[in-house]
Amino acid sequence: MSNDLVLSFSHVTSGYREGGRFRKGTYHEVLHDVTFDVHHGEILGLVGESGTGKSTLARTILGMVQPDKGSVTHYTKRPQMIFQDPFSSLNPAYTVEWILEEPLRIYGKYDAAERKRRVRDMLARVELPEECLKSKPNELSGGQRQRVSIATALIQRPKFIIADEPVSALDVTIQAQILKLLKQLRSELDLSYLFISHDLNVVYQLCDRVMVMKAGRIVEIGTVQEIFDNPKEDYTKQLLAAAE
Amino acid sequence: MKHLNGYLKTGLILTGFLTVFIVLGFFWTPYDPTAMDAKKFLAPSLQHLMGTDNFGRDIFSRVLKGAGTTFGIAVATVAIGAVLGTLVGALTGFFGGIVDDVLMRINDALTAFPSILLALVIISLLGPGKKYNVVLALGAVFVPSFARVTRTAFAGLRDVNYVKSARLMGASNSRILWVHILPNTMNVLLPALTIGFNNAVLAEASMSYLGIGVTPPDASLGYMLSEAQSMLTRAPWYALSTGLTIILLVFGVGLIGEGLQRRSGEVS
Repeated sequence: MSNDLVLSFSHVTSGYREGGRFRKGTYHEVLHDVTFDVHHGEILGLVGESGTGKSTLARTILGMVQPDKGSVTHYTKRPQMIFQDPFSSLNPAYTVEWILEEPLRIYGKYDAAERKRRVRDMLARVELPEECLKSKPNELSGGQRQRVSIATALIQRPKFIIADEPVSALDVTIQAQILKLLKQLRSELDLSYLFISHDLNVVYQLCDRVMVMKAGRIVEIGTVQEIFDNPKEDYTKQLLAAAE
Repeated sequence: MKHLNGYLKTGLILTGFLTVFIVLGFFWTPYDPTAMDAKKFLAPSLQHLMGTDNFGRDIFSRVLKGAGTTFGIAVATVAIGAVLGTLVGALTGFFGGIVDDVLMRINDALTAFPSILLALVIISLLGPGKKYNVVLALGAVFVPSFARVTRTAFAGLRDVNYVKSARLMGASNSRILWVHILPNTMNVLLPALTIGFNNAVLAEASMSYLGIGVTPPDASLGYMLSEAQSMLTRAPWYALSTGLTIILLVFGVGLIGEGLQRRSGEVS
């Protein structure tokens, strides 16, 4: 069944060391024995309060943090990330065209004409007008900017995307549009997502399965219906009650 | 080009005006700057705009040539300081770690010396009296300040999301450093360049004034100022015209720096 998977996390323990350039520093364990799989084509939600290790989980998946125990197995190449803040995820020194083309230049397998074609294709997929190409990020609205960062993340054609609170910095109406776009892109481009959020309503709208995280552990994992209609853990009940 | 504020406008006009004269001085001067044909100590007139000196040389021609020398030395100095300083600052700021600690402590130690003193030491090691030795010495002295400025800028940007994102795309460290981060440090680097230029002009002037910089037959503004001092009462126009040229040069570039700083403050 492993060809059905895009990511497999097996008993991962991970953390960081604080302070001490010459001494060893103190170790903080953030993730405790975390195990889960992401299946092909699904949107897996990850919820939990801030400080529970959601971002460390994302960083461990992307290899920015090395797991101390356990293993992380990727079944797809070059997973990408969509960041929460569309202001800092786009390089302010360049135009949208440059920003979108850059991942393809780095990839290095296409000539200039092919890169241009792919940039335009991706721009159309995220429903931005061509005029945007000549703009700098600071000339765009928050929603447009998030569309550009989605396009940047997708232009190398990854199959697995980590979205870290991708709509929480946006207005509610823009949020709905971006969520719709993410869903649409999943079927068009055959994507799987790990969708990190603290907003349970957003998770309910978008995700297929949900993981609930508390203090570095996955306390509950199941389909959206199971978790929302029939939560087993007290912590999940509390979260749901708080979201009502 | 983004909008220009008053400082930037005035600075650009003033510096542009002086640059035209300096470039002109490379090709043409009203008189040969070393020819001693005219009468000595002539007061400024239409024939000799800034008068003549104790050898009967035309001061205006000498100022044109001397400003060119000073300008060239300052530009070369800043170029050396900025390139090496940016390299050191970028690498230490981006990678951090023990190399960063060690280099920055060396940097602190160098900064603790007065820059003229440090330049003096380097010059005496290289051998005084040659134009490019002055440039090398001053350039080396300018490295630490640029390193400090760029280090802070690079350290601040190494963890921003667009850099993380570039890394996920598979960008190499050198591409991240020079293509993704460097353009975003211009708002601190450009003002630092103008301040560096001014310090270089003043440092060159001080060193030539002390007799360890440019030597005859080359003339720089600093060297001429030290010459002018001995005839301050007989030919005050000599000291005034060289001194004022230095002031205008520094003032103009200083205004550009101030303008750039204010503009980046408005934008971010």
